[in-house]
Amino acid sequence: MEDTLIIKGHKLNSRFILGSGKYSLELIKAAIESAGAEIVTLALRRANTKTEYNILDFIPKTVTLLPNTSGARTAEEAVRIARLSRELGCGDFVKIEVIKDTKFLLPDNYETIKATEILAKEGFVVMPYMYPDLNVARDLANAGAATIMPLAAPIGSNLGLLTKHFIKIIIDEIKLPVIVDAGIGSPAQACEIMQEGAAAVMINTAIATAKNINEMAAAFKMAIEAGRKAYLAGLGRVLDFKAEASSPMIDFLEDK
Amino acid sequence: MYFKNMERIDSDMLEQVLKLVRNYDYNIYTKNDVLKTLNKDVADIEDLKVLLSPAATEFLNTVAHKAQYETRKHFGTNISLFTPLYISNYCENQCTYCGYNCKNNIHRGKLTIEEIEKEFIAISQTGLEDILILTGESRTASSVEYIGEAVKLAKKYFPSISIEIYPLNTDEYKYLSECGADFVCVYQETYNKENYKKLHLAGPKSVFEYRFYAQERAALAGMRGVSFGILFGLDDFRKDAFCAAAHAYLLQQKYPDVKAGFSAPRLRPYINEHKEENPHYVNEKQLFQALCAYRLFMPFSEITISTRERAGFRDNIIGVCATKISAGVKTSVGGHEDNAKGDEQFEISDPRSVSEIVETIKQRGLYPVFGNHIRL
Repeated sequence: MEDTLIIKGHKLNSRFILGSGKYSLELIKAAIESAGAEIVTLALRRANTKTEYNILDFIPKTVTLLPNTSGARTAEEAVRIARLSRELGCGDFVKIEVIKDTKFLLPDNYETIKATEILAKEGFVVMPYMYPDLNVARDLANAGAATIMPLAAPIGSNLGLLTKHFIKIIIDEIKLPVIVDAGIGSPAQACEIMQEGAAAVMINTAIATAKNINEMAAAFKMAIEAGRKAYLAGLGRVLDFKAEASSPMIDFLEDK
Repeated sequence: MYFKNMERIDSDMLEQVLKLVRNYDYNIYTKNDVLKTLNKDVADIEDLKVLLSPAATEFLNTVAHKAQYETRKHFGTNISLFTPLYISNYCENQCTYCGYNCKNNIHRGKLTIEEIEKEFIAISQTGLEDILILTGESRTASSVEYIGEAVKLAKKYFPSISIEIYPLNTDEYKYLSECGADFVCVYQETYNKENYKKLHLAGPKSVFEYRFYAQERAALAGMRGVSFGILFGLDDFRKDAFCAAAHAYLLQQKYPDVKAGFSAPRLRPYINEHKEENPHYVNEKQLFQALCAYRLFMPFSEITISTRERAGFRDNIIGVCATKISAGVKTSVGGHEDNAKGDEQFEISDPRSVSEIVETIKQRGLYPVFGNHIRL
């Protein structure tokens, strides 16, 4: 059965999006191969370098680049970074990150909506990173977002699916692909949210801080595929032993 | 007393820091306090006090492991590289411990704009993309306009520009921010007001309070980041390091979008050095303890390690607590492209070139980052 992820008309076979901020460039290449990732995010501020250490040289041409606007504190700055990214030949995909908080790096939803609206009109494939709030997700969809990217936990924390129920609400209510970004710390967690219907997950720190980067990238690949398969298969029923079916509650019903 | 033209801003951050340090007695902490702190995920002000206490010294190895874990979590394997460029060493201050003291008979110099450009080109050819522009503290010899011209020129060669100059008023920081500077480094040297007076005999730097509020004025002016530091060896380092961290913490709370970082220079040999034993001497173990305390208290902050320290020390603390390291350093005026035009501020202990530092970073399983900033 063909199961492709479609983002604004772009067909992708892999539902594994790899973040690149925390490893060395040689390892990124290896992780892409082990993970079978087709989308790799990169901070434009890291790509905008003249040296031999340019991240762009380490990413295979077959992979779709998803430049992010990290470093932007306002919608206006995010828009400027996105335009620069396009000028530098990084394509039309852009992950909006607007962060005003240097401590937890939590996204500013309000500024994110503003940037999404402007960039979607300019023809970008806008993938906004957001704090999982249904109202904001709706506004992002209306503003022309290609996907919604709610966070599971603070970026880099590996804390797991702290916002699981709110992400689930967004998955259920928004028609766009929902890609879970930030906080996923283990393959089990990736599998769990894929099972719930996430379209894809983005992983960086969980792999970058693992003992064996390649093996962990491969483990995530399998977990994401398993979760997706389980979602498509439809999960079986869960028996709930809490309700006591034996106590009479319908005896009062008369036959008339 | 503020000098004429020194701006006063409406803030009580200084009172807050001084109040915190008044209540800090680092001798009251015990082994149990340290263990409790080490068991916590997030360190607060009380934990900072514990981490800087003599009781924590015994646990330095555990502290180092925890610091490395936090550094890895927030920075991955990335180590940022930069180099300083001194464009002038004229100074109007009399800091008793500094080679640039205006009473010192040293070779003074100032680069012309053409000479600055030559230096920029030479530095840029080493691959570096992050520059720190420094001057001695003289408004007459190195005016804000002169520094502004240097910053504008630096934009051509470097995506990231920091300045380490005399403290400015908000509108002046705003001007330099418009010229292209994004980061401001100002070091309080010591937070002990009484001792500060004795160490800074004359010149604008003698105004403790104006210097203290420099980072906040820079933040108000829209700079993207500021850094804090003390000169280890001037006073009681435990209290001073506590103040610097509390200062950075309060600023981050008030201006959450401004990056707060640390630098941690130790007093090094200089001209006119007093030969008698320094009662405040800080050894490597103590410096390391303070840096790890900074890391655990503000795990997301950049920590820069200077070439005042020897290679063996620097190499072992990058990735553990430090995340930024200078390379190819000259502390004389100019000297990257041409012969130096003025004497050095202090002697450096790590003269390695950019490529040598890059190799060392890689050998340690870390990753050298040349550019990690985008000018907006």
